Amino acid sequence: MESAVRLDHNHELTVKDLPYIVVWREDRCKRCGRCTAVCPMSAIEPSVVTRREVSSGEASPAPKVTRKTVVVVRQTTDIERYCTGCGACTLVCPNDAIEPVFNPQHKLLFHKNPGGHPYRRGGRRNDPRESTLDHLKFTRISMLTDPALDAGRHEFRIRTYLGRILPPEEMPFRVKEDKLMLAGGSVRFVPPVREIYPVMIGSMSVGALSPTMWEGLAMGVAYLNEVDHMPVVMASGEGGIPPRLLKSRFIKYFILQIASGYFGWDEIIRAIPDMVDDPCAIEIKYGQGAKPGDGGLLMAEKVTKLISEIRGVPQGVDLPSPPTHQTKYSIEESVAKMIQAMSMAFGFRVPVYPKISGTRTAKAVLNNLLRNPYAGGLSIDGEEGGTGAAYNVSLDKMGHPIASNIRDCYLDLARQGRQNELPLIAAGGVGKKGGLAANAAALIMLGASAVSVGKYMMQAAAGCFGDEMNRCNICNIGRCPRGITTQDPRLYRRLDPEKVAERVVEVFRSLDVELRKIFAPLGRSTELPIGMSDALCADDADIAERLRIGYVC
Amino acid sequence: MCRLAAITSNEYLNPMECIGALETMHEGHDGSGMGLILKNLGGELAEFSDYPVLSGICSRDGLYTLDEYLFHAGFRLKHQWRPALRPVKGIKRKDHYFAKVYDYPEEYEDRSREEKEELLIETRLTLRRMGEANGSITVFSFYPDIVTIKEVGDPLQLGEFFGLSDSRLKAKIIFAQGRQNTNYDINLYACHPFFIQGFGSMTNGENTAFVPIREFLASRGFAGYTGYDSDSEVFTHILHYAVKKLGYPLHYYKDVITPLGEGDLGRREDGEVLSLMRVALRPLCIDGPNVIIGFTPDGSCFMVHDAKKLRPGVVGGVKGKIGLVSEECGLESMVPGRESARDIFPMKHDMVIVSPGAQEVRVWNQLYGWTTIMN
Repeated sequence: MESAVRLDHNHELTVKDLPYIVVWREDRCKRCGRCTAVCPMSAIEPSVVTRREVSSGEASPAPKVTRKTVVVVRQTTDIERYCTGCGACTLVCPNDAIEPVFNPQHKLLFHKNPGGHPYRRGGRRNDPRESTLDHLKFTRISMLTDPALDAGRHEFRIRTYLGRILPPEEMPFRVKEDKLMLAGGSVRFVPPVREIYPVMIGSMSVGALSPTMWEGLAMGVAYLNEVDHMPVVMASGEGGIPPRLLKSRFIKYFILQIASGYFGWDEIIRAIPDMVDDPCAIEIKYGQGAKPGDGGLLMAEKVTKLISEIRGVPQGVDLPSPPTHQTKYSIEESVAKMIQAMSMAFGFRVPVYPKISGTRTAKAVLNNLLRNPYAGGLSIDGEEGGTGAAYNVSLDKMGHPIASNIRDCYLDLARQGRQNELPLIAAGGVGKKGGLAANAAALIMLGASAVSVGKYMMQAAAGCFGDEMNRCNICNIGRCPRGITTQDPRLYRRLDPEKVAERVVEVFRSLDVELRKIFAPLGRSTELPIGMSDALCADDADIAERLRIGYVC
Repeated sequence: MCRLAAITSNEYLNPMECIGALETMHEGHDGSGMGLILKNLGGELAEFSDYPVLSGICSRDGLYTLDEYLFHAGFRLKHQWRPALRPVKGIKRKDHYFAKVYDYPEEYEDRSREEKEELLIETRLTLRRMGEANGSITVFSFYPDIVTIKEVGDPLQLGEFFGLSDSRLKAKIIFAQGRQNTNYDINLYACHPFFIQGFGSMTNGENTAFVPIREFLASRGFAGYTGYDSDSEVFTHILHYAVKKLGYPLHYYKDVITPLGEGDLGRREDGEVLSLMRVALRPLCIDGPNVIIGFTPDGSCFMVHDAKKLRPGVVGGVKGKIGLVSEECGLESMVPGRESARDIFPMKHDMVIVSPGAQEVRVWNQLYGWTTIMN
């Protein structure tokens, strides 16, 4: 029997299967074509349809049929070109004639694997619920017995340390008369420690980010340091940084990341003799919260001339980073080879620390690091961290929330009396609902020495469309409608690096005020309230019990 | 808020001098309790200055348990001071208040001072644990030349209750604090001053940085860093940790609890040390609001504030008799004949240190160094 597929479109999807339905208002549309031109997915297209109109102008029915051909904007049901809801069409439409609307009944995950290729995307976990961090609030308010500090008047020092800190007993001091002096001669090695702002910009690579975005972030960071005297630092992500920056004095504001692909490190090593200052730190990436156990991939389309020069690879080839560092088979070896080698490369003047994805085994990593005097910290990236490209299943289902991971690690350090020796850096979902200062402060009170943010910066500084309703999230295909995660000049020219830099500065200035507004009523101003868990409560009893903090309702 | 009155002298004084100062400051405290530490003892305890004194309160059963334990541990009772209690309305009398002087166990006769101190602290903590569940034993200090008295009630009435005005109990250094820790349940272990191995301090104000400091101290591996029924106990332990454990000169206590900002470090000759110290001792940084009055084993006394000076405090007196109090009216009561224009109101970078016997008063300023006020 002949199939009726061709006649009834039975194997095609309907728009009701798609996550966003484009609502187009024919009466408002002037057919300028901007929406279809800007759509990064080509999910909407101009189309010509013939309309049959039956009318009767007489008192009694005398139907008259007319046909006219009209131009419409049509949403495709091709799963490869599904509407991601980015809203670029709405942004450019002069007449408010078009808008994607979320469809809660969608079946994207049922269909987004044509050719047997699982769904891959960018962004973070598609879970629009509040994160654990958003269930935490600051309940220790200084009242009468200990008057609150004044966020606008008192002197505040919102700083933290990055690098291995010697226990006080091992500091090489000697007493001379009534003064403490540094003990001379061949005394204990004092590892390098950086004093930085406790919120840093997390690892996003040149390559994953567009040149304009990366430049905007870097300019913002430089401005914050040089003009506002806020020692904000930024991690490079894997793939090196522009050679001119490597050899500039601004290198001290950057943390260079080395990951399993070692991309960019030929250029960095070659530049070491010409460096005029040291980088802030070296981050060794062993894992990423958004895609634990998975490597990175920079698609060939994104490997432009600039990227190939920075990374020291041919142009236009896929750049996969393996899931693990292939030459290491044990943590002892990883620590010995990577941390010590990196420390040595920079003359033991630069803190070196590993970054891992949130995991139930984080404490094992932590305790191994404690035994190595060169480990300068531990960065833990929780499950709600963002990425430029990952399998959806990794993003949505793999990983560990940051709050309990950091808390467990801090309490383990505190039990051993070493909570001040190995700084913990928390990342993953910080500022997911916009509460950057509150999330960062909560993590600090749970035990983090510093907090790292990536996705929030893209959203706040460059207007990234992505969210946890799977809006946009196409960082992986190089067609970012905002020009943030693309190497296509037609797209990244949309993004003005000066404006990004301005926003970075604004974000950090406002963050600083909000942190003061949190710390002042708690009565803290001189040091960060690291581990000050008495200030923190959860509005959920289970969360409170798990994090060993108070419960309030 | 707690009211604090300390006096250091080259002569033996009656503790009522301090209690009288508390009374003049009565407006600021609720008369809910009193803590008293006497150091460099005179009177009937003067001749026992080398022997440890156990200070505390016991029930009848508790006393039996305590005596049994100490006897079996080898401590030999040499002398005992017991207050001549007088009934005072509103003060609930407990069975036994005591300051018992012991000789060390025989096997400790030739041991080092360090070992003896370890023994004393272990013993005190054991006794505390033994009496904690049923409240039968409360021990405040076990150390040579130190007596501690604490009880709930109005300080002046407590002085009468313990018969202190007629007592032969005297000391050259007296620390008195006039309030129970009314922020929480009444607990004598939460009452200042606190003492550990020769170091004592009392504080007013609440310590906002209490939890991270407590976690840091409690994880130093030293049994004495325990208790913390009051957030102010950590100030005594930080003092002990900085001076005894780390061996820092006393004035670095100020740099530990209120470290200088990065911009000021370069102004100090020891800036490099301070920079490392600030990092390594980050969890011990306080944010106030506090004034801390303390003493060290050699009999030096000091006063220091948080970095914003959110609590008052004044030091003044005459050579040989110096008062350190939280309000000036208290000083007026303790040393009335002094030249009040020379009273010292330490500011945020200052630490006032009074030498043993109140012979010299110097102010250590974190930025400008020493200034001698009186010698």
